Amino acid sequence: MTARFAATALNLSNYRAEKRYRLMLFSMTAMLVLPVLIILSILVIRGAPMISFEFLFEFPRAGMTEGGIYPALLGTIFIVLVDLVFAMPIGVAAAIYLSEYAPDNWLTRAINLAIINLAGVPSIVHALFGVGAFVIFFQFGTSILAAALTVAIMTLPLVIVATRESLQAVPHAFREACWSMGATRWQTIFTVILPNAISGILTGLILEVSRTAGETAPIMFTGAAFFLPFLPESVFDQTMALSLHLFVVSTQVPNVPEALPFGVALVLIGIVLIMNALSIVFRSYLRGKKKW
Amino acid sequence: MAEKSAVPSRLDQRDASWFIDKLFQVLMFVGGISAVIFIIGIFVFITKEGLAFLFEGFSFLEFFGSINWRPTSTNPTYGALALIVGTASITGVAILVAIPFSIGAAVYISEFATGKTKETLKVLVELLAAIPSVVWGFIGLSIMNEFIIEVFDVPIGLNVLNAGIILGLMAAPIMTTIAEDALKAVPDKYREAAEAMGATRWQIIRQVVLPAAKNGLVSAVLLGVGRGFGETMAVLMASGHAINIPTSPFDSVRALTATIAAELGETAQGSEHYGALFALGIFLFLITFIINLAADLVVRGIRKK
Repeated sequence: MTARFAATALNLSNYRAEKRYRLMLFSMTAMLVLPVLIILSILVIRGAPMISFEFLFEFPRAGMTEGGIYPALLGTIFIVLVDLVFAMPIGVAAAIYLSEYAPDNWLTRAINLAIINLAGVPSIVHALFGVGAFVIFFQFGTSILAAALTVAIMTLPLVIVATRESLQAVPHAFREACWSMGATRWQTIFTVILPNAISGILTGLILEVSRTAGETAPIMFTGAAFFLPFLPESVFDQTMALSLHLFVVSTQVPNVPEALPFGVALVLIGIVLIMNALSIVFRSYLRGKKKW
Repeated sequence: MAEKSAVPSRLDQRDASWFIDKLFQVLMFVGGISAVIFIIGIFVFITKEGLAFLFEGFSFLEFFGSINWRPTSTNPTYGALALIVGTASITGVAILVAIPFSIGAAVYISEFATGKTKETLKVLVELLAAIPSVVWGFIGLSIMNEFIIEVFDVPIGLNVLNAGIILGLMAAPIMTTIAEDALKAVPDKYREAAEAMGATRWQIIRQVVLPAAKNGLVSAVLLGVGRGFGETMAVLMASGHAINIPTSPFDSVRALTATIAAELGETAQGSEHYGALFALGIFLFLITFIINLAADLVVRGIRKK
């Protein structure tokens, strides 16, 4: 008989140890994901009966214990739209600067550190800044404009990081080819780099919408109201918002039927998760289409 | 000099496209520098609103040494100790909850999972990180509250444990993502070298990958702590919001952030109470700034090596 491979005792114990650890790590991963899935399904089960056409398109009635969420839904859309007007151009410009122009010096390091800190400063501190700067100093009052500006500054890092990543993913050879044709830097960016990075920028936009729709603390004192019997008419008016509405109906209003806040939470989380899922699908679709 | 004249003079002209190029460079620079302007602006504006309080009503000893936060009494006192302890205790529980799961999940996703499983897990973690803080707060208030009352047989389910678990679940996906990035950054040749020596997968992880990724993992935990200090809505709704030095996880507490969120709407602009809330904001800003800076320096430590 030729010598055949036979597992030694050490091989076997290593193999068993390996299986044990693998199982342990897998169950830790499962413990991270499962409780949240259970919680989400409870939200769906208890919130789904509330969802109806009337719930989405009627004003709250009887001290917010009945009726729908129409003004809050619309208010969130207004805040998101105004937020995009500020966050997208500034965020994309910052990303273009960092990816295409910035030299490796102290200023660039300062900008990067500032971006990390903008994302790390507590949302309620952003709210204080919004009150001090936009509501009082620039005299926008508590308004959609002040709220949207506050959220835009808070979520700026999201747009910058997503855009910068997609700009840096464009191969350097594309730039060199363009420069060698005599194009200026800006012509290169506008005609070659941006079109190739558009998928990343749109992903950033979708994520920005989702983040903005979910934020509560920064809009609480800058432009979102507990209750308004009418819709805002300009960006200088206050508005209701879905995220704050969830806080209000679950903590501030007496005698709310139990299912109502579950319905509001479901609509809010639905918007946020659909937006995020969209960005993931979009990203992987475009990744598949890339030619380099 | 002679060479320079060889260049066609046309290329040296400052024509329209040269000016457009410069103009856009300046515009992009303004965008880039705006992040620095905003972060300085945040500090300037919250300091401006809190300054009057810091010079008049503020006493260092009272702020950090007293547990009496009584801004509305006839003889108001502004002791933030209970709030600081509240925030710290919730963050402590949250980190205890989040560390094992996030590091465990990161190791599994990075070192064991492959193909479709890996993609699915990453997408799930990303979706978990997207759940808004007010929804987490509502989950604490409704579902987790009932759960804790039922399981531990306590009268109130809104306490350190509730807010800590909620915050831990919120922080875990973010920590997982950062930790996974740190593990991914460990070069494959380290793993291959260890494998060539006959090490098993687990031995490679324990003795090669985890030590090599140490800094990134520490920074993941630090960012989790920063998140815990700064979280507002979830903590406000799940902690019970009672000023209290907790002696057990079942005591209600009140956090720094939650105090600002709950009281700012009731104060008159420019009043002492209003200034005191901005002073809390300055304190929070500085703490999170230091934590983020530390996390950044720790990560930079790896790159230098």
